[in-house]
Amino acid sequence: MNRIEARFQALKTQGVSAFVPYITAGDPSMDLSEQLVLALERAGADVIEFGVPFSDPVGDGIVIQEAAQRALQRGASLRKVIAAVRSIRRTSQVPLLLFSYFNPILAYGIEAFARDAAEAGVDGVLCVDLPPDEADDYKLALDQAGLCTVFLTAPTTSDDRLRLVGAKCTGFVYYVSRLGVTGEQTALAEGLKDAVTRIQRLTGKPVAVGFGISTPEQAAAVAGLAEGVVVGSAIVRVVAQHGEDPALVETVETFAGNLAQAVKGQT
Amino acid sequence: MKEYEALSTTSVKHPWPDARGRYGRFGGRYVPETLVYALDELEAAYRSAMADPAFLSDLAERQRNYVGRPTPLYRADRLTAHLGGARIYLKREDLAHTGAHKINNALGQCLLAKRMGKPRVIAETGAGQHGVATATASALLGLDCDVYMGTEDIERQKLNVFRMRLLGARVIGVDSGSKTLKDAINEAMRDWVTNVQHTHYVLGTVHGPHPFPMIVRDFQSVIGREARCQILDQEGRLPDALIACVGGGSNAMGLFYEFLGDTDVAMVGVEAGGTAIVPGMHAARFAGGALGMLQGAMSYVLQDKDGQIGQTHSVSAGLDYASVGPEHALLFTSGRVEYTHASDQEALDAFQLLSCTEGIIPALESAHAIAETIKRAPTMRANQTIIVNLSGRGDKDVQQAAKFILKGEEI
Repeated sequence: MNRIEARFQALKTQGVSAFVPYITAGDPSMDLSEQLVLALERAGADVIEFGVPFSDPVGDGIVIQEAAQRALQRGASLRKVIAAVRSIRRTSQVPLLLFSYFNPILAYGIEAFARDAAEAGVDGVLCVDLPPDEADDYKLALDQAGLCTVFLTAPTTSDDRLRLVGAKCTGFVYYVSRLGVTGEQTALAEGLKDAVTRIQRLTGKPVAVGFGISTPEQAAAVAGLAEGVVVGSAIVRVVAQHGEDPALVETVETFAGNLAQAVKGQT
Repeated sequence: MKEYEALSTTSVKHPWPDARGRYGRFGGRYVPETLVYALDELEAAYRSAMADPAFLSDLAERQRNYVGRPTPLYRADRLTAHLGGARIYLKREDLAHTGAHKINNALGQCLLAKRMGKPRVIAETGAGQHGVATATASALLGLDCDVYMGTEDIERQKLNVFRMRLLGARVIGVDSGSKTLKDAINEAMRDWVTNVQHTHYVLGTVHGPHPFPMIVRDFQSVIGREARCQILDQEGRLPDALIACVGGGSNAMGLFYEFLGDTDVAMVGVEAGGTAIVPGMHAARFAGGALGMLQGAMSYVLQDKDGQIGQTHSVSAGLDYASVGPEHALLFTSGRVEYTHASDQEALDAFQLLSCTEGIIPALESAHAIAETIKRAPTMRANQTIIVNLSGRGDKDVQQAAKFILKGEEI
């Protein structure tokens, strides 16, 4: 079984939620990103979203936009991200989800990408600007390669579309809990419990909630409602602030560890 | 005019987009899930508006009395005599209110926003013409208007920035990426994702996710509908060639669309050749681009081998964009339209030639179409005709052009 699916199933029997941190691959460097993935695993990550930098990230707020730009300036590319996963797999079996935009995958070649990513040890892919109704070729290629296909849902998603997304998602469904781009928020979206319940009912899949979760308190609150808690910008910000700091990896591990404990109800 | 409209066979011979918003393999709707509902809502509102005689007559009345349509189809005798060869007609979109074709779409979409009950509109702008048009239509219809513009473009187009503010719009500087049009679109999409429930995004060209390329084309197709009637009135037959510049491609689609079924009418789209056809120095997507997906639509995209979007250059901000409308991509691959490019220098030469032969200062964008006309007209016979879309007037570009033409001398 795919590592992402296996992890969600194991967590279900334990009755706890998944902690799903995000980092941008290649920020501050690809070597350090590999180390950060291992640090996030030690901190208690269940699935790690590994962001593929793109020049025009329309779904992202300023923190992740800037991280992508730093990574691209240092030569990051989808090919190098896949190579980094291959290197991580020498020492770690942590479930890895690539978080990408469509054009780098299209330029790579969808089938070649699916084959190379799976061979390197990627477990799934979330493509921000590829809704399921445009994803026929992509879905086919990723299914054949054994990769999970995670799609987004939003507060504006209709019941019919939730059923469609549910049918196309494997692993879990990602719920963008508020209108807008990625970024930290001081308050959680209202009506989150009802929204998550509706998505669970109509998709029949585990739901991970993301966009705007930045503190252990928020993470703990979301963990009580959904099968997964995604934290992105808050971690990327810590990476940005400590990019030149020799203690970067330890700092991120500590920061993520607090979030992980909150998700697991250990605070 | 009505009797000629019946003669156009475009919708039969060119049945695009299909039900999935595609033009062959191009187009589509590649957006974050949050926006899917807004695009569905927009398409439904658009189809209902276009079937509503009250909406259509309101639009037509405002086009006539506010925009000043129909714009003239002007026979440019001195330019024709100067070049020798085909008779040249200029479709005078520069005489439309606000000085460019952009108002055709901005007015239509702002009327749609009102119909959808959305009190706020946003727009992206490069040179500022679409921003000015949207700010104008918003003032006319009492909508709140925010315009995203790259900080580099704000610096280059100060006059248009002030015009927008005068019209009551807020101009929001975009400091990310290359700080130009592409980045303004990214930021407008981020705004739309966040405020989608009460905001309509007035996209300014035939690009972006479906239904935008269709809506913008349809609102701009008034250009070709008028031109087709006008040339039949003046010449008694259809033209031999149409020429238009292509950035996103809205003025070109607007002129071409009504003629697509007329297989004897040749069509030429002119992209920005910049300083050279090497990466980063031009914006000729059909010369240097590859299949890609940028900002919602599958099309031709200037990009590197890793799928990162390339930098572009043109003397004209309105053509300085890394992708091109998906319908143009279809017309390129089908061969129905020929795409070529004009360099910065050729455009500047054309800018001066039209000014002194006809007393018409064209926008630098439109000057690219004139540049192609300068090459093509002399190769055609005197009994043949060309319609050039003079998509905008050049007042906004005088300062920019002076920099190149005077080479450092004071204006």
